[in-house]
Amino acid sequence: MDFDYQYFIELFASGLTKGSIYALIALGYTMVYGIVGLINFAHGEIYMIGAFVFFLASSLLTVLGLPLWAMICIATAASIFWAGGYGYTVEKIAYKPLRSAPRLSPLISAIGMSVFLQNYVMLGQTEKYLGFPEVIPEFDFLEPFATTFSSSDFVIWMTTVIVMLILTWIIKFTRTGKAMRATAQDRTMAELVGINVNRIISATFIIGSALAAVGGILISSHTGSIHYYIGFIAGIKAFTAAVLGGIGSIPGAVLGGLVLGMAESFATGYFSSAYEDVFAFSLLVLILIFRPAGLLGHAETEKV
Amino acid sequence: MKFPLRNSAFFMAACCLFAFAPVAASAGDTIKIGVAGAHSGQLASYGLPTLKAAQIIAEKVNAEGGINGKKIEILSEDDLCKPEIAVNSAKKLISDGVDVVIGHTCSGPTAAVMPLYKEKSILVISPSATTPGLTKDGQYPNFFRTVAPDDAQAQVDVDFILDTLKAKKIALLDDKGDYGKSFISFAKEQFEKDGRATIVLEEGITQGAVDYSAIVQKIKRSKADVVLYGGYHPEASKIVTTMRKKRMKTYFVSDDGIRVKTFIDVAKKYAEGVYASSSKDTTSNPLAIQAIEEHKKKFGSEPGEFYLNAYTAMIVLVNAVDKADSTELSAVAKALRSETVATPMGNVSFDEVGDATGIGYAVSKVVDGEFVEQK
Repeated sequence: MDFDYQYFIELFASGLTKGSIYALIALGYTMVYGIVGLINFAHGEIYMIGAFVFFLASSLLTVLGLPLWAMICIATAASIFWAGGYGYTVEKIAYKPLRSAPRLSPLISAIGMSVFLQNYVMLGQTEKYLGFPEVIPEFDFLEPFATTFSSSDFVIWMTTVIVMLILTWIIKFTRTGKAMRATAQDRTMAELVGINVNRIISATFIIGSALAAVGGILISSHTGSIHYYIGFIAGIKAFTAAVLGGIGSIPGAVLGGLVLGMAESFATGYFSSAYEDVFAFSLLVLILIFRPAGLLGHAETEKV
Repeated sequence: MKFPLRNSAFFMAACCLFAFAPVAASAGDTIKIGVAGAHSGQLASYGLPTLKAAQIIAEKVNAEGGINGKKIEILSEDDLCKPEIAVNSAKKLISDGVDVVIGHTCSGPTAAVMPLYKEKSILVISPSATTPGLTKDGQYPNFFRTVAPDDAQAQVDVDFILDTLKAKKIALLDDKGDYGKSFISFAKEQFEKDGRATIVLEEGITQGAVDYSAIVQKIKRSKADVVLYGGYHPEASKIVTTMRKKRMKTYFVSDDGIRVKTFIDVAKKYAEGVYASSSKDTTSNPLAIQAIEEHKKKFGSEPGEFYLNAYTAMIVLVNAVDKADSTELSAVAKALRSETVATPMGNVSFDEVGDATGIGYAVSKVVDGEFVEQK
């Protein structure tokens, strides 16, 4: 049989969407790890809260009768702001007091935070699945490709690229970014040269949470539903992507997300979707055997 | 064991008393209906409504003078839905001289006790044991049920796909959960037996994944006419949405896991035209409304699971015993098969193996944001 290029491209597009989603969330994991050396398990919940805030804000604004684009802009801003606030607060409550504690303590408090936020949304909002408004319209110029990928796929890819560029600019060229890199290299030294480490850590959490919120909005609009539990699975996959790419490395998170998304998509397309996760995680094991620090991670040399 | 003389005499007397008691009672003119099932423990919510239905009907029939002058006596036995306990319950009922049994609640215990009842030629009607083999294996001519077996739902969907949609290529999809997987495996068996359609794709999806476009592309490539999905609405709505966005017109048929309002709320316009099977809607049946009212009056609450099934079981049983004018197995079984009785679940009769005809599933289609039952 001839190689079916059309099918390959379709699977590639589907992998790209999944990968972009994982990458957006993985960035938050990797940034926090790079700076404080902590796995923020509550990150998936921030993603879920971002989606919920957008849902609530857009429902409110629809009642007010605003045009669609204005509603999307305001609701997105609200969602980013709110999620950033949650990220900031979670760090202050659950991680800051444990900053000098053994590594396992903040890990447990992160899991606790994750469970807390899930149940808080379940009890405070609803345990049901809610229909999410379709915020991404069908673009006419994409109609010829409708069978291969949808407008929401396209917007997800574009947003990921734009977010990546902005993030790179922040980290490479702004004062905050410079301070972040310094804090990641050596926190004590950064403090000695006058960097306000607390503020930098807070900024990291806020940026990571904002990215998660953007991811949450895009994915919920793509799938059309939200639920208090969506953060858990997305979080686990994104965490895997971050480890795959080399945790602590920002390009690594994106590469890891894409590799994981592609692996799942092609495994489904060419083998069986029943083994989707088996392939994805076998790949993770293989990569970690040959590159223990992940694809783009730096092996940490033990300081003596 | 050693008893002092006086005590042992008393003990013997007590034994005699107990030994003769059932005999004395069965000599009296009552029809003893055993109600066995989970009346306590985790699964009590499945078993207790059956007991309540039996009590309501017994009270009603007795107030009107009983069946051919004989009053109904309810003997209740708790089996906790555990096979080992159910065996004891069945032995107890048999030794108490039970005439017919309503029960047991769960399939496992029912399978465990059927040989005991069969040996004594005692008729059993279960309102809730759904394992297909209980009737279809043909082992127990004394077993009847007023609930559709597990594979009935798959059968309704398969018939609908073959007869109404006239599909030739089928894609089978499940969510790898217990419920979806067993639904799909029943459907697969029936498709293979029928032979009119070919199965072009069989896949299990991951629950809760962020995107299902890869599997949807695979369905498209398989050129299936119909997707039959076994699972629940969260995944189904994502898959349907993705399919429709990719301009696929493939029929989407599923089980009662998606026949909930939430599915339509979430999938919105993409839900249109989706088919889902579910238990036949009996909420507008006046007998069902009356049965629920009676429960509210007697117990002050809404009835629980399988209440209407048990209520129906009692009605058909009372009718059959009345027509047969005996509780002897072959006469009652014959009456059950030949009589069609109006019940809260519609007009019910029984087929050769003991499954109720008229109780079962129907396929609904989403039209203008509502599920509409297809005739």
